[in-house]
Amino acid sequence: MFEIKDVEYKNVLRVKEMEVNEGEIVCIVGESGGGKSTLLRLLNKSLSPTKGTISFRETNLADLDSVSHRRNVVYLNQTPHMFPGTIRDNLLIALRFHEKEDLGDDALMTILRQVRLSKSLDMDVKHLSGGERQRLALGRVLLLDAEVYLMDEPSSSLDDESENLIIEAVVRFAKENNKTLIMVTHSKAQARKHADRIYEIKNGHQAEVD
Amino acid sequence: MDNGVIELTFWQVLLGYVFVVLVLFVLRKRAIKRETVLVIATFRMTLQLVAVGYVLTLIIENPHPLITLAVLLLMLAFAVFTVFRKFKEDLTPSLKKVVAIALPAGSLLSLGYFLFVVIRVEPYYNPQYFIPITGMIVGNSMTGITLGIHTLVNRFTDQKDAVIEALHLGATPKGASHEIVNEAFDAAIMPTVNNMLGMGIIFLPGMMTGQILSGVAPTTAILYQIGVMLGILGGVALSTYFFLLMGYRTFFNKDAQLKTTL
Repeated sequence: MFEIKDVEYKNVLRVKEMEVNEGEIVCIVGESGGGKSTLLRLLNKSLSPTKGTISFRETNLADLDSVSHRRNVVYLNQTPHMFPGTIRDNLLIALRFHEKEDLGDDALMTILRQVRLSKSLDMDVKHLSGGERQRLALGRVLLLDAEVYLMDEPSSSLDDESENLIIEAVVRFAKENNKTLIMVTHSKAQARKHADRIYEIKNGHQAEVD
Repeated sequence: MDNGVIELTFWQVLLGYVFVVLVLFVLRKRAIKRETVLVIATFRMTLQLVAVGYVLTLIIENPHPLITLAVLLLMLAFAVFTVFRKFKEDLTPSLKKVVAIALPAGSLLSLGYFLFVVIRVEPYYNPQYFIPITGMIVGNSMTGITLGIHTLVNRFTDQKDAVIEALHLGATPKGASHEIVNEAFDAAIMPTVNNMLGMGIIFLPGMMTGQILSGVAPTTAILYQIGVMLGILGGVALSTYFFLLMGYRTFFNKDAQLKTTL
């Protein structure tokens, strides 16, 4: 599905070769600040490589329409931005960005349960904690029904127990719906437990996984 | 004049300068270092107005379509360059291009409609109508666009995270800038709308006051003022709308990414 060859982004990241197949769960591990987020942004075309090519289904990413690609390959930021308003507003805004119909409250509540956020849809997001925001943002991207999910440490603001639950929920969602999941995580244990394939990025360079 | 206007003589106007002396006195006494500026401002105002008075007399007494056109172009160019000068390096070259298109386009549309459809000026280049109305519409459009630029540039900087998040979520640049563009449009037209709210109660607008002072019946002056105010609203709204419609695009590159220069 994704093929990366000799890709560079400024002095931040250098990847020699990488491959992701349809329906796979791929984990990217490595120290923070090592370029993992940059890699996800390159795959989502939020950044364009300064050297090399990334292909998506055998087409060079540079030739694909950025917006349609991003709708297909959704990226979840590590510290997601909340738009002013309620939880409902923050869920629906993603659908509006995708020019999709609004969903009813029942569907939105189902998503909130999936990400283990038991809050009212009418609650103002400014009252949410960091971990709750992260779960809401996760729910927001799950609503979009994309083909590929790029997740940048989706559980970094959570305690260990919630972290396991959330990662498991994400992995289950991907498997049940036949989605491709590329997830950045700091935990090699998590990666080994769930991934079909693991890549490591060290100091901006692709490294062998030990 | 036969309609009872008191003609001011040079000596009468000179008496008005007593207020400048008064302000200079206060500035000196309180050691506020603004005397030089005030003196320069007084001189410039006097000189500029005397000069424009003679120029306008000349133009109005010798109406010619080319002269009217030249004045119109001069005013538009002056307005565009005033905006450029105000923002200096904050305006990217592509945003400058947008200003240079939007400001004349919006002003001319409103001006054309007002002069040829509403007032129906005869002959079409009649400088007596053309020049003062152009000045008011272009001047206000310039202020509107200035406020629009200010909000647009500031919001793209302080709401950068929201724009990037929207793009990550699959928004088009248009979708990601929707709120910012709305806010900039609102900021641009609000002073004009507030002006309309207060007009006639809090203050009497300059044009109407001028017409009444020069002997025009208040009812006629009011009709002109209403018309001009609507023309100004049109000019401000159209110029800003054109500007924003093209302007937000300059913040994104061809890959629909927010430009990194922000």
